[in-house]
Order: sequence, then C-alpha cells, then structure tokens
Amino acid sequence: MYTASDLRKGLKVIIDGEPYIVTAFEFSKPGKGQALYRTKLRNMITGLSIDRTYREGETFEPASLEERVMQFLYKEDDHYHFMDNESYEQIIIGEESLGEAKSFLIDNLNVKVLLFGERAIGVELPNFVNLRVITTEPWVRGDTSKADFKPATLETGHVLRVPPFIEEGELITIDTRTGEFSKRVKE
Amino acid sequence: MLGLSNGVNHSLELRIWSTDCGMEGTDTRHGYGDGSQLILAGRKNALQQRARILQEIRHFFIEKGYLEVETPHRIPTPAPESHIDAIPSDTRFLHTSPELCMKRMMAAGYEKIFQTCRCWRERERGSLHLPEFTLLEWYRAGEGYHSLMDECQDLVRYVATAIGLGQKIIFHNGEIDLCEPWERISVKEAFDYHSKTPMIEALKRNLFDEIMVRDIEPRLGKGKPTFIYDYPAERGALARLKQEDPSVAERFELYIGGLELANGFSELVDSEEQRKRFHVENEHRHTFGKRTYSLPDKFLAELDNMPPSAGIALGVDRLVMIFLDAETIDEVVAFTPEEL
Repeated sequence: MYTASDLRKGLKVIIDGEPYIVTAFEFSKPGKGQALYRTKLRNMITGLSIDRTYREGETFEPASLEERVMQFLYKEDDHYHFMDNESYEQIIIGEESLGEAKSFLIDNLNVKVLLFGERAIGVELPNFVNLRVITTEPWVRGDTSKADFKPATLETGHVLRVPPFIEEGELITIDTRTGEFSKRVKE
Repeated sequence: MLGLSNGVNHSLELRIWSTDCGMEGTDTRHGYGDGSQLILAGRKNALQQRARILQEIRHFFIEKGYLEVETPHRIPTPAPESHIDAIPSDTRFLHTSPELCMKRMMAAGYEKIFQTCRCWRERERGSLHLPEFTLLEWYRAGEGYHSLMDECQDLVRYVATAIGLGQKIIFHNGEIDLCEPWERISVKEAFDYHSKTPMIEALKRNLFDEIMVRDIEPRLGKGKPTFIYDYPAERGALARLKQEDPSVAERFELYIGGLELANGFSELVDSEEQRKRFHVENEHRHTFGKRTYSLPDKFLAELDNMPPSAGIALGVDRLVMIFLDAETIDEVVAFTPEEL
C-alpha cells in the first residue's frame, strides 16, 4: 500500500481497478494548509492521461505489473495466441490490446508481454524484426524519375515504404519503434 | 535608501555582480569528475548571492533597532498545528519554526527581535519545499498585522535595492514592480476574484486548500506583490481574531509571482484561548491519523505576559529564488537532502 507522500514520477498505482503510471508530480502546501499532491497519471491500458490531486494520508494499491517472455504462436480471427516460454502456459491477447505491435508479429517471435494480474495489457517487441515482402512494384532499372522509396506490403499486412531495389519475396528488417525499413536481409 | 528604481537589466546586473566577486563559473583547476560536484560548483553564483541577501536582511533589521536572537533548534514539543509535522530528535523535536521560543522572549520584555534559522518539517519536499529550510522570523511589540505588512514590504524592497536589482524584477517570465503600493486583498476577495467558488462555499465543501493551490495562488503577486489577509478563523491557530469579525483571524500571507513567501499575524496573547485552540488542532491531527503533541506548557504559562504584538515568518530560500529567478528551491541551496 502506498500513501500520497510516496507519489513520485514512474510510480504505478491502481485507480478504479486499472493500472496508472505517474507521469508528472508536484508537491504543494498552501500556508498552514494540508499537503496536496498534484499528479498527472497515464492509464497503462488506454494510454489516456488524467490530472488528479491527492491529499496527505490517501492510500493507493500498487499496480503490480509483470513482464514475461512469450512466443507468438498464431492468429485466429482477432485473437492472438501466445505461449509463456517458461511455463508453456498459453494466453490469448485481443487485437485491440496489441496496438501497433500486431503489424510486426510473426510466428515464433519472442516478445515481452506486460501482465496486470491475469490480464495482458501490452506487448513489447524486439527493436528489429525480419519480415517478408509479399507485394511491391518491380524496380525499373535506370529509372531515375521515380522517388527514392516505393510502397511494399509485408506478410503481416503492414504497408511501409522500401527502397526501389527491394523485390517481392525478399526478407527485410523493420525497426519496430518507428515501423520503418531498416535493411535488406541476405539469405 | 529605498525607491532607487533604475530598471537595470536583471541578468546583466547579476553577471556584473558575480564578476566583481572574481569567482564566476566553474574553477577548471579542479577536475570535477563527479556529476554532483558539477552541480554544486554550478551553484556558486547563486550561493554568493544568497549570502549577500542574508547580510542585507541583517542590515535591515539592525538599522531598524531589532535585536538578532538565536533560540534552540531542538525543543520539547512543537506547537500543535493540524498540517505541520515535526521531526523527532531523540526525546525532543526539531523546531518547525522558532515561534514558541521567540514569543517567550517577547513575553519576557524583548520588544523587537529577529532570527534567521534552519527549520524542519517532515515529508515536505517539492520544487518549492525542502524538509530543512531557512526561515526568517521577526516580532514586534505594539503593532498589528497591517503595520507588519508595511515592514515586510520595506524589507523586500530594501534587499532588492541593496543587491543591485532595483525595484523591477523578473520572476518566472513576468516582470514584478516592487514600487509601492503593493496589492492588499482579503482572502474572501481573493476567492471572489480568482475562483468560481466563494470562500464560504470552499470551506463548507472542504476545498479551501485545493482551490487555493490550483486557482488562486498562481494568480497572486503577478505584476505587483500581493498580500492576502483575514484568513478563516480556523486557519490561524496562533493568531488573534478580528474584533469586528471574529469569523476571521488577523493573519496574512505575501505572494510574489505566485510564490508564497511570508506568513504573519497579530499574535494571540490569551493563554486560555490558545490552550483551547491547541486542543482543537490536536483533535484534527488525531482525526487525520497523525501523532498528537503535548502542549507547550511554559509557553502557555507565559503567554499572558506577552504585549499585543505581531510576528511574521519569511522563507529565505524562496526570497533568494525570487531575486535569482530560480525555477526550483534546489538551485539556491548548497545541498538538497537527496544530494547528501
């Protein structure tokens, strides 16, 4: 249990049953008045921020969040199946909880799954993943009028811009933090 | 002595001043390998100016015939107040202000006294708070709270001039004119001007502090310093009630650029009334789940001998912040608790 005087940036607490992280914090105390803790908190599930002021003595449940390494197994409709690499336990994460990560999930990829109690609230991908290009226009050699990049669709359905020399069927490395092309993989 | 408004450029003036001391910047002869040493070295200019501000505060009071006093930092019991927590020190407490001892001196016949000292308040830490900070406190017999506002105004103006800032200062991106008159509004008016909720309503709904911090304080002392006075009676545990309106205490606070700088009042000199108020404060503390304090018996026994007086406490660290246009209190002290 935390009390208001434990509040600081980065602290994770439960508010109305959901996990929040303190992103800004200010202690104030008007002359002879009570201590007030003004905070900005981000909901770790929805990403929405709220402003809250707490008084001295108010208490909070710590939000215990656990990170476990899991392997992506397969996708079935909107359900993404993962397996805990230690316990072999399988869990399902809904598409809406995955956010951008779903564009880069490929079978057997190891990811970090963030668990709030039993509930998976997000996944953290490796910074770089290799994915295959399934469609892109062919490169017209010698054509200098074209732009430096062309669109390409990956096996996950993600569309991004790649250099003109990348061809269909090639394996490329993507930076998952930006969603951009990083390099061509030599096979 | 006062009123030498010359509108000199703030930062330029400070730079010249530090060069005069011949110690500006980081001394490259020492290899500051460690980050904390760099921070400390970077505060050299601020600490030189802090020292000068303290000297000028002393000059002001000595010229006005005040006696500088020192009272013990460790005391048997603090004055019970709802929201001020003392740090225990062996069988005693570190004082949260020198109020009790200085009032005992007043009761013994000292008429004009001042003190600058370290004070401690448990768990107070933020960009404007340190659990160990420097307070300037002074008392004057035969005066009420409005004449103490005058004197506080004179002090700030005197120090600003003496350190070469003139009467126009820049604090947190706003210019503040120190020329008289300063704004004086009642707390009730402050709520009327700056909040949608009137003061009475705020008290009923237990939102007084929240509204003060969120809506009112940031708007006080902009352009000109502001005194707000006549606090609700229950918010002046050691202050005299106003004769014409006993629902308010003769207590005031000074704000400069939204920063609370000083708190003063006409002193309560009725021991029986003071004892009752301490009991009420202790009851509040008990309700909040805080430790209660035993009553300061010697103080209470002598209080009736204290002449009508007014007293005030001013946060020295914050005064330095204002004159140096510092963003946080950390910038104006040698060490914060975290740096020890």
